[in-house]
Amino acid sequence: MAEKIAGAQEHRHDEHAHHVETFWSKYVFSTDHKMIAMQYMFTGMFMALIGGFFAYTFNMQMAFPGEPVPLWGGIVTPPQYNALITNHGAIMIFWVAMPVLIAAFGNFLIPLMIGCDDMVFPKINRLSYQIFFLSVLVLLSSFLVQKGGFGGAWTVYPPLSAKHEYSLTPMGSSLFVVAVALEFVAFLLGGINFVTTAMNSRAPGMKLYDIPMVVWMIVIASILFMASVGPLIAGAIMLFMDQNLGTHFYDPKAGGDPILWQHLFWFFGHPEVYVVLLPAIGITADVMCVFARKKLFAYRTVLYTVFATGVLSFTVWAHHQFIAGIDPRMAHVFTITTLLISIPIAEMMFVFIATLYGGDISLTTPMLWALSFIAEFLIGGVTGIFLGASGADIYFHDTYFVLAHFHYTFFPIAIIGVYAGVTFWYPKMFGKMMNDTLGKIHFWGTIIPFNCIFIPLFWLGLAGQHRRIYDFRNFPELAQYQPVRVFAASMLVTMLLFQLLFIFNFFWSLWRGKEAGPNPWKSNTLEWTTESPPGHGNWKTLPTVYRGPYEYNVPGRKDDYWPQNVPN
Amino acid sequence: MIEHYLVQASSYAADIDSLIILIAVLVGVWFLIAEGVFFYLIFKFRHRDGHKGQYITGEERHQKRWISIPHFLVLVCDLFIIVGAVRVWYDIKQNLPPADATVRIIAQQWAWSFVQPGPDGQLDTADDIKTVDDLHVEVGKTYHYQLEARDVLHDFSVPVFRLKQDAIPGRVITGWWKATKTGVHDIQCAEICGIGHGLMVGRIHVESPEEHAAWMQANAPSTSLAAR
Repeated sequence: MAEKIAGAQEHRHDEHAHHVETFWSKYVFSTDHKMIAMQYMFTGMFMALIGGFFAYTFNMQMAFPGEPVPLWGGIVTPPQYNALITNHGAIMIFWVAMPVLIAAFGNFLIPLMIGCDDMVFPKINRLSYQIFFLSVLVLLSSFLVQKGGFGGAWTVYPPLSAKHEYSLTPMGSSLFVVAVALEFVAFLLGGINFVTTAMNSRAPGMKLYDIPMVVWMIVIASILFMASVGPLIAGAIMLFMDQNLGTHFYDPKAGGDPILWQHLFWFFGHPEVYVVLLPAIGITADVMCVFARKKLFAYRTVLYTVFATGVLSFTVWAHHQFIAGIDPRMAHVFTITTLLISIPIAEMMFVFIATLYGGDISLTTPMLWALSFIAEFLIGGVTGIFLGASGADIYFHDTYFVLAHFHYTFFPIAIIGVYAGVTFWYPKMFGKMMNDTLGKIHFWGTIIPFNCIFIPLFWLGLAGQHRRIYDFRNFPELAQYQPVRVFAASMLVTMLLFQLLFIFNFFWSLWRGKEAGPNPWKSNTLEWTTESPPGHGNWKTLPTVYRGPYEYNVPGRKDDYWPQNVPN
Repeated sequence: MIEHYLVQASSYAADIDSLIILIAVLVGVWFLIAEGVFFYLIFKFRHRDGHKGQYITGEERHQKRWISIPHFLVLVCDLFIIVGAVRVWYDIKQNLPPADATVRIIAQQWAWSFVQPGPDGQLDTADDIKTVDDLHVEVGKTYHYQLEARDVLHDFSVPVFRLKQDAIPGRVITGWWKATKTGVHDIQCAEICGIGHGLMVGRIHVESPEEHAAWMQANAPSTSLAAR
């Protein structure tokens, strides 16, 4: 079987070598993993612009309630406000974090880092992106239909989401569910490819413990995703039927149960956190080792903590539902599992900190992003303990404390992790160096406002402010904090403006950037042993591997790095 | 630290606040140590000319100690937090003290309706007092609530009580509070319930026994009306 696949691939590459690529075959219907990675990356970045614009719009409404929002073209109405917060969350997780972290980096890095010419199933890979693109179109169209986009929060809890007379968005809510379901199908297809490729197509000599951490993380994330998403797809189909065919799966009046959805959703939803977290951690590990010129501390321990996290992540889902009306005795079980999952995650953080010990650390732009991932994610991690402890969650549930907590996890994941990866692999992707000075200005212009947005929000949550409220002035106890909301919104605008600098740097460097050469960072892993950008088929001769990915500063060697493919 | 912003107006508010302080101290220490070591190492091992990095695998026992000892200490902290969380949760959500009075709370898009017994002390009799968005209760009395929802999920949240509970259509969820301070406070809906979610504001009036009796007197449906 494997030989047959390999044979078919060789045949395909011969064909490609002999015919001229058209625009359509090269950029749109490509089966090349690098092009599909770019498709995912640019689609994800486009969606990030939309998600960011939504965040800007509803934050302006919170800071200046009832006033016209510049660029939005008028005031934000309550249905619009709900649709904006709902789709901001859904877009940032399903259409930014997943496509960029898993699909773009997975597609780009897995074949290049394990030393093969393409994914095992290139056509399934192409189909995955096409379905993903369709899901983007369905989601975007949901904003344009009559009565507007769905506004029942990204968690889509029924009965609000199940009945049009409650949600008041008859088409928007169905399109939202369809878009999410299509996105899941796309990532199931992608996941098959990532796992199969990493397990079967490694370069000769590359043993399991020689795989770079980011590849491991994307593979484990894909397995977690595939194992957890089934119940939710079933749930989404039932929800769609409740919406449109008059079934009653979630309708208590006819014997259904709205809580059933919450279990199905969070059984997927909590592993999903780790699905996007792991690739970001993997990127951080790889970038840190390169710029600390250090071997990753206790490679195997990292891997085992990831396995432990993955298994435990299936046992913690109901900590989202402590006060949702589940049997109160269940809270004890989920408090224990939730606090236990803090242990492998804490250990992972300790490993990264220990990796810095004895290093030779250069603070390049990618390294700044990788280090800030650790520094910021720690805040997200420790604040999670407050929410995992059932007794404290009675107060914190659904407050801004929760919101600030998960932004301190998701922002490091989806923004910091992505910037670390993009700035690090940009030379390999495009063959040019990004401007480091602009990169550093962009880094500080993002990190400082980020903390200025969300630290005040922790405090607002502590003071009792709940999420998803259109106008806080209606609550006498909360009205007094309006200046804090104005401050957070102004910091958000500042942060968003600094992103323009990144976009400028990205395109300007394509045009005027310094030539990168094959290995500008003096890195060990295989992707740096081919030309930048790699041609079709990745290598002229596929590499052979002799050692692990993190052999930096090995005693007795002149160079401080030792690429995986160099015999001695 | 929460009482600085919101008074502790129920018998269990202080328990939740102390649990939060306990967690803050335990995780705060770890957080400061981790960030402190992290920034120190970045500074100490910054790139300098002529200085080389070390080769440390981290696979040997004496090296692994540096992460395995903190790992067990974190586990110990987790145990303290679990015990604290379970005790607070048990007292608030599981172990209901006997009720002095019972109120029915009905959430719907987008209002709160409250039904409380009139002078006879029984729900579902002719002298029940029904109010919308304003709940009048007596300080020092243990109330049981029966929380219902008419249409979608809602959440009855009284931040000064540190009380929060989802309301689910088709179920009646019973819980309790005992107010310890008089005053007028916010009731927030804490679960998104449609386009009017942000306007679903209620007020809870915690009154002294005299005030409450007077309020009841003034608002009880007249017996002649009830008889009809």
